[in-house]
Amino acid sequence: MATTPVKVHGPPLSTAVSRVLACLIEKDVPFQLIPVNMAKGEHKSPDFLKIQPFGQVPAFQDETTSLFESRAICRYICEKYAEKGNKGLYGTNPLAKASIDQWVEAEGQSFNPPSSVLVFQLAFAPRMKLKQDQSLISQNEAKLEKVLEVYEKRLGESRFLAGDEFSLADLSHLPNAHYLVNAADRGELFTSKENVGRWWGEISSRDSWKKVVDMQNQST
Amino acid sequence: MAAIKVHGSPLSTAVQRVVACLYEKGVDFQFVPVNMAAGEHKSDNFLALNPFGQVPAFEDGDLKLFESRAITHYVAHEYADKGTQLLIPGSNKDAAVLQLWTEVEAHQFNSPASVLAWELFYKPIFGKVTDAAAVEENEGKLGKVLDVYESRLSKSKYLAADYFTLADLYHLPNLQCLLGTSAKTVVESRPHVSAWVKEITARPAWSKVLAMQKQ
Repeated sequence: MATTPVKVHGPPLSTAVSRVLACLIEKDVPFQLIPVNMAKGEHKSPDFLKIQPFGQVPAFQDETTSLFESRAICRYICEKYAEKGNKGLYGTNPLAKASIDQWVEAEGQSFNPPSSVLVFQLAFAPRMKLKQDQSLISQNEAKLEKVLEVYEKRLGESRFLAGDEFSLADLSHLPNAHYLVNAADRGELFTSKENVGRWWGEISSRDSWKKVVDMQNQST
Repeated sequence: MAAIKVHGSPLSTAVQRVVACLYEKGVDFQFVPVNMAAGEHKSDNFLALNPFGQVPAFEDGDLKLFESRAITHYVAHEYADKGTQLLIPGSNKDAAVLQLWTEVEAHQFNSPASVLAWELFYKPIFGKVTDAAAVEENEGKLGKVLDVYESRLSKSKYLAADYFTLADLYHLPNLQCLLGTSAKTVVESRPHVSAWVKEITARPAWSKVLAMQKQ
């Protein structure tokens, strides 16, 4: 039996891994998830460093293509499998793509830094029995609040971040936002704003994201 | 009048990233200064171009964009036939390698490099005090990142290909800042990284970007 050419290395609980899984499921691309035991430091092993030299998850393979960095992997999946699954995920023309790129960058540069700190401090640190840093938490709540104010205005003008259709830009936000809402008791950041709340409700109830959450729940 | 407008300050690394790309492509543009000292980037007019109140903002005819990496990605594709080839045309695999190294710049290199640029290059210009602990922490982080680059650049002439691409270009603004500070040792102590930095900072298009700061 032929093995599935697409392989994702990493735990589904990782935000960056789940970003890639969401994209693969949106695009209807079959894949094999290969576990990486991070508690045992497998991501720092010489074998793993060959496929991800920064020692982080995910690592990704598609036949002879070997990649890392979740947003690069997502763009590759969208380009290679353009005709599969959600065809508009990365836009179907250059202008749509430019708008999506702009909001993927906004996610990476403005939303991700404060939300990642909060996810770690509020959702992961307690489970790992690590001490929380209250001042880091307050600083990053304030930063994230400012970012979500920009989103509130944008989402009053546009159904999704990059336009009228769900895109890679919205998808990119799912992993961190999911933990903030469901594991860090910070749902109010999203639901206290009318447009952001509406948008969060829509994107988090997509079938593809529900499947990723199932994978996360089954892995614990 | 050029259809392309870049709004920003020549001192901003993100603005330099976009301008470097436009000079490499040999595409005409109009530079529209934004008076950040006077808070112009937070004015309603500017927020209509970049709702995050940051520079640069970009226009090409009716198209409006922000985020320097999205802007440069658009420019490189839209003007693919002009000037320097900054992309890797051909297979999805080759294009993905470019995407990978541009993401590495954004998510591995940019954070420690821009903290160091702020602490060691910009703070003195603005008469503020450098935080030595932040410098030490980020020199350590940058060193670890550049160890990976050292290995990569011993196998590949430039980061994503055997020729200069967007992936290399993205590093220029922060690298240039670091070269003017004590943090340059993090770069210069790694031979392949050092050689790569010398080459890319010597590019004529980059010299034009630096010349803008002197005006």
